[in-house]
Amino acid sequence: MAVCVSLDVMTITYREAVRSGMREALQRDARVFLMGEDVGEYGGTYACSKGLLAEFGPERIRDTPLSESTFVGAGIGAALGGMRPIVEVMTVNFSLLALDQIMNNAATLRHMSGGQFSVPLVVRMATGAGRQVAAQHSHSLEGWYAHIPGITVLTPATITDARGMLLTALKQPDPVFIFEHAYLYSMEGPLEEGPVAVEISHAAVRRLGKDVSLLTFGGSVWKALAAAEQLAQEGIDAELVDLRVLRPLDRDTMLTSVRKTHRAIVIDEAWRTGSFAAEISAVIMEQAFYDLDAPVARVCSEEIPIPYPKHLEEAALPSVGKIVQAVRRLLG
Amino acid sequence: MTVSMTREQGLELLRQMLRIRRFEERAAELYQLGKIHGFLHLYIGEEAVAVGSVPALTNDEAIVATYREHGHALVRGTSMRSLMAELFGKATGCAGGRGGSMHFFDASRRFYGGLAIVGGGLPVAVGLALADKLQGRARVTACYFGDGAVAEGEFHESLNLAALWKLPVLFLCENNLYAMGTALARHQSQPDIAAKAKAYALTAHTVDGMDVLAVDRATRRAVEFVRQGNGPCFLECRTYRFRAHSMYDAELYRTKEEVNEWKQRDPITTFEQTLRAARLLHDDDWKNLDASIATEVEDAVAFADASPWEPVEDLTKDVYSQPVGDQQSAITQKLTTDR
Repeated sequence: MAVCVSLDVMTITYREAVRSGMREALQRDARVFLMGEDVGEYGGTYACSKGLLAEFGPERIRDTPLSESTFVGAGIGAALGGMRPIVEVMTVNFSLLALDQIMNNAATLRHMSGGQFSVPLVVRMATGAGRQVAAQHSHSLEGWYAHIPGITVLTPATITDARGMLLTALKQPDPVFIFEHAYLYSMEGPLEEGPVAVEISHAAVRRLGKDVSLLTFGGSVWKALAAAEQLAQEGIDAELVDLRVLRPLDRDTMLTSVRKTHRAIVIDEAWRTGSFAAEISAVIMEQAFYDLDAPVARVCSEEIPIPYPKHLEEAALPSVGKIVQAVRRLLG
Repeated sequence: MTVSMTREQGLELLRQMLRIRRFEERAAELYQLGKIHGFLHLYIGEEAVAVGSVPALTNDEAIVATYREHGHALVRGTSMRSLMAELFGKATGCAGGRGGSMHFFDASRRFYGGLAIVGGGLPVAVGLALADKLQGRARVTACYFGDGAVAEGEFHESLNLAALWKLPVLFLCENNLYAMGTALARHQSQPDIAAKAKAYALTAHTVDGMDVLAVDRATRRAVEFVRQGNGPCFLECRTYRFRAHSMYDAELYRTKEEVNEWKQRDPITTFEQTLRAARLLHDDDWKNLDASIATEVEDAVAFADASPWEPVEDLTKDVYSQPVGDQQSAITQKLTTDR
């Protein structure tokens, strides 16, 4: 288990970064515990918690029954009771079974109680498609969650964010939802030097450019980066903004980028209709309309349940090729 | 019936039931007058459950209740003023007016609502108990819900998890026989609710929820059982709602005869008779109780009426605990080789 202790630049996987964040949180704060389906004996469906049971014991690494609503609700209760729970919902697909707790309790309690109660809960889950697991295991619903006031929605795309966002999230007095794109867990990369916890208020410009702004988050960041590199060979200089935090949204970073490039394409693995991409597009229209040289474009998933066969799944999802084409159309 | 209580204890139980009754009767009038809006689910008829059970808890033991929670908050000790103000939606209410009738909260008394999605409070109670267990505190979380919640998945999940992890939860089912308008026997294949709890390996008891002394005894026993570290306990209180589900319904789902039969078992009048028979209550006591409660209710109404509204400027306050960081300075982060 290659988990970092000292921090020179070292190469780890995204899943190791998540694990490293959880380990550090568990070591640092006795109030932190992890619960969810198969987080203990099994080591986590995506092996994010592998080894943690042996290290921290069954009181702090708790395997739950397949009762999403109740273990998320229990996370809310435990947070109200002074703990700092990390609840792992195996995937966003199953989080639908806990939506009542998330929306009606976690998100409302502070406001509805007149500020008397905070819910310092962190919920992590895998999201996204691309692994040929068909329609019921391929949802991208982080944009839905970003609709809900009272929660914070994070989409770590990098190794550094995968670890650091969790640590910062655990310091928040209010519920934080972290969406880890399942495709990224095996991604390897260097862990950047510097403070372990990262800020969770801002978007990040991942590539500077002047011709078009690619606005995206989560797993799509890497598709957009590959597209930008391909476009560079054609002489098109794309700027890439990783939104990182879907709620509360950092509008300034993306608007600054759009005001500079005058063109924007939003890449979102969710369905186009009612998507987070639609929200981004609307924000640009409201606040940067006169800076635009072209209408905002979107690259989203096809409006279908995600199919199993590889060629159909690829056709359904945003791809490097689709992003490149969209940029060419916009600049054309 | 043998009555083993002091005069003071008896009068206090009667007083608390009467406080709930009068508070709610007045609230119903104020609803007609347009002072209270939205949903107003009255507890009238069920008072013995809250009055018999809430005092069994210590002040630092938690309560999670439902949208029919006026009684529980009153017995818990939240001031009638702040509860009435909450019904009015005033800033002086126990939730700052934000919640209304269904969402009473009182952090100082560990009163966690007022949660109005049926079944939604059970997981939260399980979590509060988990926090206590993890922090080594031997205290109970009391979780109230109705018979309607029994049909929800969260009921089954929560009983299972609490029993599996031996968490200190007291599940109190206020079985008033109707899930809004659907009779228990019309929505449950197994209408014996305690039997369901037993199926999850919980210790479960059923008690006459119209008898405040029976509820008191059963709850004290159950609370002690949970405090001893035996895991959760389940108490089904069989009771009856005398009024409509909320302020108005045509009550097509039950007969007047049935309602009248249950009213013969009104928890207040039957307990009053018990006290009189035991010579613990005299005519003067009743008059004094009634008068002092009437004064308390009218004081609460006057307080609520005179209280200010929350300023509209505060509309977005407390969505988050603190204003979320300044979003002015964007960070420009060169993407290096992070892959």
